[in-house]
Amino acid sequence: MSTPLTLFDKLWSSHEIVQRDGESLLWVDRHFVHEGSFHAFSRLAERGAAVAEPALTFGVADHYVPTRGRGKPIPNPEIARMVSQLDKNAADQNITLFGLKDRRQGIVHVVGPELGLTLPGLLIVCGDSHTSTHGAFGAYAFGIGASEVAHVLMTQTLWQKKPKRMRITVDGKLSEGLGAKDIALAIIANIGTDGASGHAIEFAGSAIRALSMEGRMTLCNMAIEAGGRCGIVAPDATTFDYLKSREFTPTGAAFDKAMQDWGELKSDAGANFDYEVSIDATAVAPFVTWGTSPEDALPIDASVPDPTLESNPERAKYIRGAIDYMGLAPGKKLTDIAIDRVFIGSCTNARIEDLRAAAAILANRVSKVPGLVSPGSSSVKRQAEEEGLDRLFRDAGLEWADSGCSMCVGINGDLVASGERCASTTNRNFRGRQGVGARTHIMSPAMVAAAAVSGHLADMRPLMARKS
Amino acid sequence: MEKFTRITATACPLPAENIDTDQILPARYLKLPRKGEHGKVLFQDLRFDADGHERPDFPLNRAPWRNAKIIFGGRNFGGGSSREAAVYALFDYGIRCVIAPSFGDIFSQNATKNGLLTAVVTEADGGALTEALTQEPALGVTVDLGQQTIVCGDLHFHFTIDPARRTRLLNGWDDIDLTESFRSEINAFKAANLKQRPWTVPTQAT
Ligand code: SF4
Repeated sequence: MSTPLTLFDKLWSSHEIVQRDGESLLWVDRHFVHEGSFHAFSRLAERGAAVAEPALTFGVADHYVPTRGRGKPIPNPEIARMVSQLDKNAADQNITLFGLKDRRQGIVHVVGPELGLTLPGLLIVCGDSHTSTHGAFGAYAFGIGASEVAHVLMTQTLWQKKPKRMRITVDGKLSEGLGAKDIALAIIANIGTDGASGHAIEFAGSAIRALSMEGRMTLCNMAIEAGGRCGIVAPDATTFDYLKSREFTPTGAAFDKAMQDWGELKSDAGANFDYEVSIDATAVAPFVTWGTSPEDALPIDASVPDPTLESNPERAKYIRGAIDYMGLAPGKKLTDIAIDRVFIGSCTNARIEDLRAAAAILANRVSKVPGLVSPGSSSVKRQAEEEGLDRLFRDAGLEWADSGCSMCVGINGDLVASGERCASTTNRNFRGRQGVGARTHIMSPAMVAAAAVSGHLADMRPLMARKS
Repeated sequence: MEKFTRITATACPLPAENIDTDQILPARYLKLPRKGEHGKVLFQDLRFDADGHERPDFPLNRAPWRNAKIIFGGRNFGGGSSREAAVYALFDYGIRCVIAPSFGDIFSQNATKNGLLTAVVTEADGGALTEALTQEPALGVTVDLGQQTIVCGDLHFHFTIDPARRTRLLNGWDDIDLTESFRSEINAFKAANLKQRPWTVPTQAT
């Protein structure tokens, strides 16, 4: 009898070309590039090399694109250069580009799945750590640095050491209104930002099966914040339904063959994992972060930790530093933390379902603080407008903008001012992430909406209950 | 790529947890082309205040550590963004080795591709090293990749590193040349893959 294999083992072996010195040379099925990939294109130019497989390479303009004034020239010349440099590199190398003017433009980790370029069983890379998002489809997807991007451009392959196998099982039913973001923050708070270091994470269990594709993408997006090499969910009927009639989803005989192959993409009964973690979904509460790392997450009814109660001196020092940066006091109730603005966007939580969840709380209410809503892609934007969600955001006093990375990282100019506190649907609350001195609290879209209408961090559940 | 075999240099302790790549190189400098000048903006917002003045309490701004070639960091050093420019910043500043209890995975991979050693030590050995460097800041630290040892005064301990990364650093290998030597295997894989999994090549629906 053959040894039972994990889903990850299967993904790994189907891409292995050769082994050498404890590493394997892997074939890359899909490579996404963005404006930030310019270092790798320079490397290519230095060698006088061409992209090995342009048909497997796709470009997306997202990190630097303006979210206002589309159609007009980009006012900041440096930003304009970053966007036009990608246009040029893609054109020179025959790469299909979803550029600033393309109606399919959006954040790379939203666009790939929505166009059917992200499929189960693929090995997908991109010079961006949140490439883990694509694992939601049962793909092996991970972020790489510029040297590796250059290597993939030139060879369509990558040297990798096989990560260990980890399974995080989330069983039970989430309370109403809670979602993948709460599960992700609960996991990271539990295992830490290096908890899954060196591991490929498979998310399993009834709570994961119950998630939509949007939810699974949010969860796999955050796998990197737990230190994981990648996050994967085995494909099932939810996955196949999502993929039907997307622009690049295989058709005809190729689709039938694909479905046959995709049916094998699950961990066999009795397969061995190096590390297993279980989470009880019924115990997950709405989570928010208080500090400067995604592991600094607590249920909304908790208080800012007190470093004097921490026994580990390094940890106490870290807590003190984080509280100081965030302008908080030990023991302060999280619901007493007043905010200055909100941001709804990013590859974590700006898909249609996320916008619906936020809009449901904002409907017939007014935001007490200013805020920006940047849909995950131009398609998401059109869909939201068809559903009238843009009206709900605008009527609540928030700005409805175009799609891009926007205030998640601020390099297009959408910044949080120094000292300002922002409730954000993004994935990183690092120091200065949204701007020098900016203070970020990350949470789900519904929780950001609740913070907006309350003017402080707040539990969204009473706001939901009052409506029904 | 520059080889790494062994160095003896001043080591700057920076033992805070979760020093992510956004701290090492803030996003607004990601536009910089590679000209060997990323070192100027290394730890920009930790090293300098809003007016561009040095923060005197930041370790790299202090006399013995200003010219450090080794950084001793805390848990999850280099976590977060995949930006390789964080490694360029450390390297261009003159850092050749970072010692820490754990590293961001992509950061470590990027470091290896640029001749920067990421040495993993236990929390206990790390604590002893911090202690020694606090007592005697100018104490030289020797990191030997062949032996996988760190020596600092009376302290002598081992570090871990992935064997393949170690070989790469010791030899200063360029991956592309190595990969090209497997060209026929790659071509064979590509052809077989096209037959077995034709659906992996995207074709646009019409
Ligand atoms: S939205 Fe944020 S996390 Fe996602 S790819 Fe863009 S910058 Fe990275």
